[in-house]
Amino acid sequence: MAFINLKKKEVQVKIVYYGPGRGGKTTNLEYIFKKLSRRIKTEMVAIKTHGDRTLFFDFFPFEMGKIKGYDIKIQLYTVPGQVKYNATRKLVLRGVDGVVFVGDSAVVRKEKTLLSLENLKENLATYNKDIFELPLVLQYNKRDLAEQGIPILPVETLDQELNSELKAPAFEASAVVGTGVIETFKKVTAMTIISLENELR
Amino acid sequence: MTYVLDQAHIEGIEEILQDYLPESGIHSVLLIDMAGNIIAEHESEGTSHDIPALAALSAANFGAVNAMAQIVGEQEFSILFNKGEKENIHYSRVMEDFLLVCVFDNEVSLGLLRLKVAKAIGKIAEILAS
Repeated sequence: MAFINLKKKEVQVKIVYYGPGRGGKTTNLEYIFKKLSRRIKTEMVAIKTHGDRTLFFDFFPFEMGKIKGYDIKIQLYTVPGQVKYNATRKLVLRGVDGVVFVGDSAVVRKEKTLLSLENLKENLATYNKDIFELPLVLQYNKRDLAEQGIPILPVETLDQELNSELKAPAFEASAVVGTGVIETFKKVTAMTIISLENELR
Repeated sequence: MTYVLDQAHIEGIEEILQDYLPESGIHSVLLIDMAGNIIAEHESEGTSHDIPALAALSAANFGAVNAMAQIVGEQEFSILFNKGEKENIHYSRVMEDFLLVCVFDNEVSLGLLRLKVAKAIGKIAEILAS
Protein backbone atom coordinates (compact mmCIF):
# COMPACT_ATOMS: atom_id res chain seq x y z
CA MET A 1 0.00 0.00 0.00
CA ALA A 2 2.27 2.72 -1.20
CA PHE A 3 1.45 6.18 0.07
CA ILE A 4 2.03 9.32 -1.99
CA ASN A 5 2.18 12.56 -0.04
CA LEU A 6 1.66 15.41 -2.50
CA LYS A 7 2.33 18.04 0.15
CA LYS A 8 5.82 16.75 0.97
CA LYS A 9 6.30 15.37 -2.55
CA GLU A 10 7.17 12.05 -1.00
CA VAL A 11 6.46 8.41 -1.84
CA GLN A 12 6.55 5.69 0.84
CA VAL A 13 6.80 2.05 -0.21
CA LYS A 14 7.15 -1.21 1.68
CA ILE A 15 9.49 -3.98 0.58
CA VAL A 16 9.50 -7.33 2.36
CA TYR A 17 12.23 -9.99 2.38
CA TYR A 18 10.51 -13.38 2.48
CA GLY A 19 11.84 -16.92 2.56
CA PRO A 20 12.53 -20.03 4.63
CA GLY A 21 13.98 -19.89 8.14
CA ARG A 22 17.73 -19.44 8.36
CA GLY A 23 17.80 -18.54 4.66
CA GLY A 24 19.55 -15.18 5.10
CA LYS A 25 16.77 -12.54 5.10
CA THR A 26 18.05 -10.77 8.20
CA THR A 27 21.62 -11.08 6.89
CA ASN A 28 20.53 -9.28 3.69
CA LEU A 29 19.07 -6.41 5.71
CA GLU A 30 22.07 -6.24 8.01
CA TYR A 31 24.40 -6.00 5.03
CA ILE A 32 22.34 -3.24 3.38
CA PHE A 33 22.16 -1.39 6.69
CA LYS A 34 25.93 -1.62 7.15
CA LYS A 35 26.75 -0.60 3.59
CA LEU A 36 24.29 2.26 3.33
CA SER A 37 24.27 3.40 6.95
CA ARG A 38 25.16 6.99 6.14
CA ARG A 39 21.85 7.26 4.31
CA ILE A 40 19.85 5.71 7.14
CA LYS A 41 18.99 8.03 9.97
CA THR A 42 17.73 5.50 12.49
CA GLU A 43 18.68 2.23 14.08
CA MET A 44 17.58 -1.11 12.68
CA VAL A 45 14.66 -2.56 14.61
CA ALA A 46 14.96 -6.31 15.19
CA ILE A 47 12.40 -8.34 17.12
CA LYS A 48 14.19 -11.57 17.90
CA THR A 49 13.80 -14.63 20.10
CA HIS A 50 16.40 -15.41 22.75
CA GLY A 51 17.96 -17.81 20.26
CA ASP A 52 18.57 -14.86 17.90
CA ARG A 53 15.94 -15.96 15.39
CA THR A 54 13.56 -13.37 13.93
CA LEU A 55 10.35 -13.50 15.96
CA PHE A 56 8.34 -10.80 14.17
CA PHE A 57 10.41 -8.71 11.75
CA ASP A 58 13.52 -6.61 11.19
CA PHE A 59 12.93 -3.11 9.93
CA PHE A 60 14.62 0.07 8.82
CA PRO A 61 13.60 2.97 6.59
CA PHE A 62 15.83 3.97 3.68
CA GLU A 63 15.76 7.23 1.74
CA MET A 64 16.54 6.52 -1.86
CA GLY A 65 16.73 10.11 -3.08
CA LYS A 66 14.54 11.90 -5.61
CA ILE A 67 12.79 10.47 -8.66
CA LYS A 68 10.88 12.95 -10.81
CA GLY A 69 10.92 15.44 -7.96
CA TYR A 70 9.57 13.00 -5.38
CA ASP A 71 11.52 11.78 -2.34
CA ILE A 72 11.38 7.99 -2.32
CA LYS A 73 11.26 6.46 1.14
CA ILE A 74 11.57 2.71 1.31
CA GLN A 75 10.63 0.67 4.34
CA LEU A 76 12.49 -2.61 4.44
CA TYR A 77 11.11 -5.55 6.42
CA THR A 78 11.94 -9.20 6.89
CA VAL A 79 9.49 -11.85 8.05
CA PRO A 80 10.15 -14.69 10.48
CA GLY A 81 10.96 -17.72 8.32
CA GLN A 82 10.04 -20.49 10.73
CA VAL A 83 6.90 -22.34 9.64
CA LYS A 84 5.13 -21.83 13.00
CA TYR A 85 5.16 -18.03 12.68
CA ASN A 86 2.76 -17.78 9.76
CA ALA A 87 0.35 -15.45 11.58
CA THR A 88 3.10 -12.87 12.03
CA ARG A 89 4.40 -13.35 8.47
CA LYS A 90 0.95 -12.52 7.22
CA LEU A 91 0.85 -9.33 9.32
CA VAL A 92 4.18 -8.10 7.93
CA LEU A 93 2.94 -8.63 4.37
CA ARG A 94 0.04 -6.22 4.87
CA GLY A 95 0.39 -3.36 2.41
CA VAL A 96 3.51 -4.81 0.74
CA ASP A 97 4.61 -3.16 -2.52
CA GLY A 98 7.56 -5.37 -3.47
CA VAL A 99 9.03 -8.71 -2.36
CA VAL A 100 12.46 -10.30 -2.36
CA PHE A 101 12.24 -14.05 -1.98
CA VAL A 102 15.47 -15.30 -0.39
CA GLY A 103 15.86 -18.97 -1.26
CA ASP A 104 18.43 -21.30 0.23
CA SER A 105 20.76 -22.92 -2.32
CA ALA A 106 21.69 -25.86 -0.08
CA VAL A 107 20.44 -29.17 -1.47
CA VAL A 108 19.09 -30.17 1.95
CA ARG A 109 17.02 -26.96 2.20
CA LYS A 110 15.25 -27.34 -1.14
CA GLU A 111 11.94 -28.54 0.30
CA LYS A 112 11.83 -25.74 2.84
CA THR A 113 12.50 -23.16 0.13
CA LEU A 114 9.74 -24.54 -2.10
CA LEU A 115 7.27 -24.61 0.79
CA SER A 116 8.10 -21.05 1.72
CA LEU A 117 7.48 -19.81 -1.82
CA GLU A 118 4.14 -21.62 -1.81
CA ASN A 119 3.37 -20.00 1.56
CA LEU A 120 4.19 -16.57 0.11
CA LYS A 121 1.68 -17.16 -2.71
CA GLU A 122 -1.01 -18.19 -0.22
CA ASN A 123 -0.39 -15.31 2.16
CA LEU A 124 -0.42 -12.76 -0.66
CA ALA A 125 -3.71 -14.22 -1.85
CA THR A 126 -5.29 -13.45 1.55
CA TYR A 127 -4.68 -9.78 0.73
CA ASN A 128 -5.98 -10.28 -2.83
CA LYS A 129 -2.48 -9.90 -4.21
CA ASP A 130 -1.21 -12.06 -7.03
CA ILE A 131 2.42 -13.17 -6.86
CA PHE A 132 2.58 -12.89 -10.66
CA GLU A 133 1.66 -9.22 -10.55
CA LEU A 134 3.58 -8.02 -7.53
CA PRO A 135 7.16 -6.77 -8.09
CA LEU A 136 9.20 -9.84 -7.10
CA VAL A 137 12.90 -10.65 -7.16
CA LEU A 138 14.33 -14.07 -6.36
CA GLN A 139 17.64 -14.46 -4.62
CA TYR A 140 19.50 -17.78 -4.61
CA ASN A 141 21.42 -17.29 -1.42
CA LYS A 142 24.30 -19.15 0.19
CA ARG A 143 26.22 -19.84 -3.02
CA ASP A 144 29.36 -19.73 -0.82
CA LEU A 145 28.40 -23.03 0.84
CA ALA A 146 29.99 -24.90 -2.07
CA GLU A 147 33.41 -23.66 -0.95
CA GLN A 148 32.84 -25.41 2.36
CA GLY A 149 32.00 -28.66 0.58
CA ILE A 150 28.27 -28.42 1.30
CA PRO A 151 26.26 -29.53 -1.75
CA ILE A 152 24.27 -26.72 -3.38
CA LEU A 153 21.72 -26.79 -6.16
CA PRO A 154 22.86 -25.53 -9.57
CA VAL A 155 21.27 -22.24 -10.62
CA GLU A 156 19.51 -24.05 -13.50
CA THR A 157 17.77 -26.35 -10.98
CA LEU A 158 16.73 -23.41 -8.79
CA ASP A 159 15.43 -21.60 -11.88
CA GLN A 160 13.51 -24.69 -12.87
CA GLU A 161 12.07 -25.40 -9.42
CA LEU A 162 11.29 -21.85 -8.27
CA ASN A 163 11.18 -19.62 -11.27
CA SER A 164 9.89 -21.59 -14.27
CA GLU A 165 6.43 -20.01 -13.95
CA LEU A 166 7.23 -16.80 -12.11
CA LYS A 167 9.99 -15.74 -14.49
CA ALA A 168 11.15 -13.14 -11.99
CA PRO A 169 14.63 -11.61 -12.06
CA ALA A 170 16.92 -13.89 -10.04
CA PHE A 171 20.29 -13.21 -8.44
CA GLU A 172 22.92 -15.49 -6.98
CA ALA A 173 24.06 -14.28 -3.59
CA SER A 174 26.13 -14.90 -0.49
CA ALA A 175 24.51 -12.52 1.93
CA VAL A 176 27.02 -13.29 4.63
CA VAL A 177 29.80 -11.70 2.55
CA GLY A 178 27.49 -9.33 0.67
CA THR A 179 27.71 -10.82 -2.84
CA GLY A 180 24.51 -10.11 -4.77
CA VAL A 181 22.81 -8.30 -1.88
CA ILE A 182 22.92 -4.77 -3.24
CA GLU A 183 22.08 -5.98 -6.78
CA THR A 184 18.96 -7.71 -5.43
CA PHE A 185 17.98 -4.62 -3.44
CA LYS A 186 18.47 -2.28 -6.41
CA LYS A 187 16.40 -4.52 -8.66
CA VAL A 188 13.46 -4.82 -6.29
CA THR A 189 13.36 -1.08 -5.58
CA ALA A 190 13.52 -0.26 -9.30
CA MET A 191 10.72 -2.74 -10.07
CA THR A 192 8.59 -1.42 -7.22
CA ILE A 193 8.93 2.20 -8.35
CA ILE A 194 8.18 1.29 -11.98
CA SER A 195 5.13 -0.68 -10.92
CA LEU A 196 3.95 2.32 -8.88
CA GLU A 197 4.41 4.61 -11.86
CA ASN A 198 2.41 2.24 -14.06
CA GLU A 199 -0.34 2.00 -11.48
CA LEU A 200 -0.67 5.78 -11.33
CA ARG A 201 -0.61 6.29 -15.08
CA MET B 1 -3.29 -0.52 -3.60
CA THR B 2 -1.62 2.86 -3.79
CA TYR B 3 -3.29 5.92 -2.39
CA VAL B 4 -2.55 9.60 -2.84
CA LEU B 5 -3.28 12.45 -0.46
CA ASP B 6 -2.94 16.01 -1.73
CA GLN B 7 -1.73 19.09 0.09
CA ALA B 8 -5.22 20.08 1.31
CA HIS B 9 -5.89 16.61 2.77
CA ILE B 10 -2.55 16.46 4.53
CA GLU B 11 -2.80 20.00 5.86
CA GLY B 12 -6.32 19.30 7.10
CA ILE B 13 -5.10 16.23 8.98
CA GLU B 14 -2.07 18.08 10.37
CA GLU B 15 -4.34 20.85 11.60
CA ILE B 16 -6.52 18.33 13.43
CA LEU B 17 -3.51 16.75 15.08
CA GLN B 18 -2.26 20.19 16.10
CA ASP B 19 -5.66 21.52 17.23
CA TYR B 20 -6.91 18.56 19.16
CA LEU B 21 -3.79 17.21 20.65
CA PRO B 22 -1.39 19.93 21.78
CA GLU B 23 -2.50 19.32 25.38
CA SER B 24 0.43 19.40 27.78
CA GLY B 25 1.46 15.85 28.48
CA ILE B 26 0.84 14.64 24.90
CA HIS B 27 4.23 14.27 23.29
CA SER B 28 3.69 12.67 19.90
CA VAL B 29 0.70 11.99 17.71
CA LEU B 30 0.94 10.23 14.41
CA LEU B 31 -1.47 9.06 11.79
CA ILE B 32 -0.18 5.99 9.98
CA ASP B 33 -1.59 3.34 7.69
CA MET B 34 -1.65 -0.37 8.49
CA ALA B 35 1.39 -0.93 6.26
CA GLY B 36 3.35 1.32 8.65
CA ASN B 37 3.56 4.36 6.33
CA ILE B 38 3.47 7.74 8.07
CA ILE B 39 0.75 10.11 6.86
CA ALA B 40 1.10 12.94 9.36
CA GLU B 41 2.93 13.48 12.61
CA HIS B 42 3.09 16.10 15.31
CA GLU B 43 5.54 16.19 18.20
CA SER B 44 5.71 18.56 21.13
CA GLU B 45 8.81 20.70 21.56
CA GLY B 46 11.77 18.79 22.87
CA THR B 47 10.40 15.39 21.80
CA SER B 48 12.17 13.44 19.11
CA HIS B 49 11.12 9.82 18.96
CA ASP B 50 12.19 7.46 16.20
CA ILE B 51 8.94 7.97 14.30
CA PRO B 52 9.50 5.47 11.42
CA ALA B 53 10.24 2.69 13.93
CA LEU B 54 7.30 3.72 16.10
CA ALA B 55 5.03 3.63 13.04
CA ALA B 56 6.27 0.21 11.85
CA LEU B 57 5.97 -1.30 15.31
CA SER B 58 2.56 0.28 16.01
CA ALA B 59 1.07 -1.07 12.79
CA ALA B 60 2.48 -4.53 13.52
CA ASN B 61 1.40 -4.44 17.16
CA PHE B 62 -2.13 -3.34 16.28
CA GLY B 63 -2.32 -6.07 13.64
CA ALA B 64 -1.07 -8.67 16.11
CA VAL B 65 -3.56 -7.69 18.81
CA ASN B 66 -6.43 -7.82 16.33
CA ALA B 67 -5.34 -11.25 15.14
CA MET B 68 -5.41 -12.31 18.81
CA ALA B 69 -8.92 -10.84 19.17
CA GLN B 70 -10.12 -13.00 16.32
CA ILE B 71 -8.60 -16.11 17.88
CA VAL B 72 -10.71 -15.58 21.00
CA GLY B 73 -13.82 -14.79 18.97
CA GLU B 74 -13.77 -10.98 19.03
CA GLN B 75 -13.95 -8.80 15.94
CA GLU B 76 -11.30 -6.51 17.41
CA PHE B 77 -10.18 -5.10 20.75
CA SER B 78 -11.40 -1.54 20.65
CA ILE B 79 -8.98 -0.14 23.23
CA LEU B 80 -5.28 -0.67 22.77
CA PHE B 81 -3.20 1.06 25.35
CA ASN B 82 0.33 0.57 26.68
CA LYS B 83 0.92 1.85 30.21
CA GLY B 84 4.43 2.75 31.29
CA GLU B 85 5.88 4.33 34.41
CA LYS B 86 6.10 7.76 32.79
CA GLU B 87 5.05 7.39 29.15
CA ASN B 88 2.00 5.67 27.68
CA ILE B 89 0.84 4.90 24.16
CA HIS B 90 -2.75 4.83 22.93
CA TYR B 91 -3.78 3.38 19.55
CA SER B 92 -7.07 3.89 17.73
CA ARG B 93 -8.15 2.62 14.38
CA VAL B 94 -9.36 5.25 11.90
CA MET B 95 -11.64 3.70 9.25
CA GLU B 96 -10.36 0.38 7.93
CA ASP B 97 -6.79 1.10 7.07
CA PHE B 98 -5.44 3.82 9.34
CA LEU B 99 -4.24 4.15 12.89
CA LEU B 100 -3.88 7.13 15.22
CA VAL B 101 -1.03 6.69 17.70
CA CYS B 102 -0.66 8.96 20.72
CA VAL B 103 2.29 9.09 23.11
CA PHE B 104 1.47 10.84 26.39
CA ASP B 105 2.59 11.06 29.99
CA ASN B 106 0.70 10.66 33.27
CA GLU B 107 -0.44 14.30 33.38
CA VAL B 108 -3.17 13.39 30.90
CA SER B 109 -5.97 11.12 32.06
CA LEU B 110 -6.80 8.24 29.79
CA GLY B 111 -10.45 9.33 29.78
CA LEU B 112 -9.65 12.83 28.54
CA LEU B 113 -7.26 11.45 25.95
CA ARG B 114 -9.85 9.01 24.63
CA LEU B 115 -12.38 11.82 24.35
CA LYS B 116 -9.97 13.97 22.35
CA VAL B 117 -8.89 11.06 20.18
CA ALA B 118 -12.50 10.16 19.40
CA LYS B 119 -13.20 13.71 18.22
CA ALA B 120 -10.02 13.83 16.17
CA ILE B 121 -10.80 10.49 14.55
CA GLY B 122 -14.22 11.71 13.44
CA LYS B 123 -12.68 14.70 11.70
CA ILE B 124 -9.78 12.75 10.18
CA ALA B 125 -12.21 10.15 8.82
CA GLU B 126 -14.20 12.95 7.14
CA ILE B 127 -11.06 14.15 5.37
CA LEU B 128 -9.87 10.67 4.38
CA ALA B 129 -13.33 9.73 3.10
CA SER B 130 -13.42 12.83 0.89
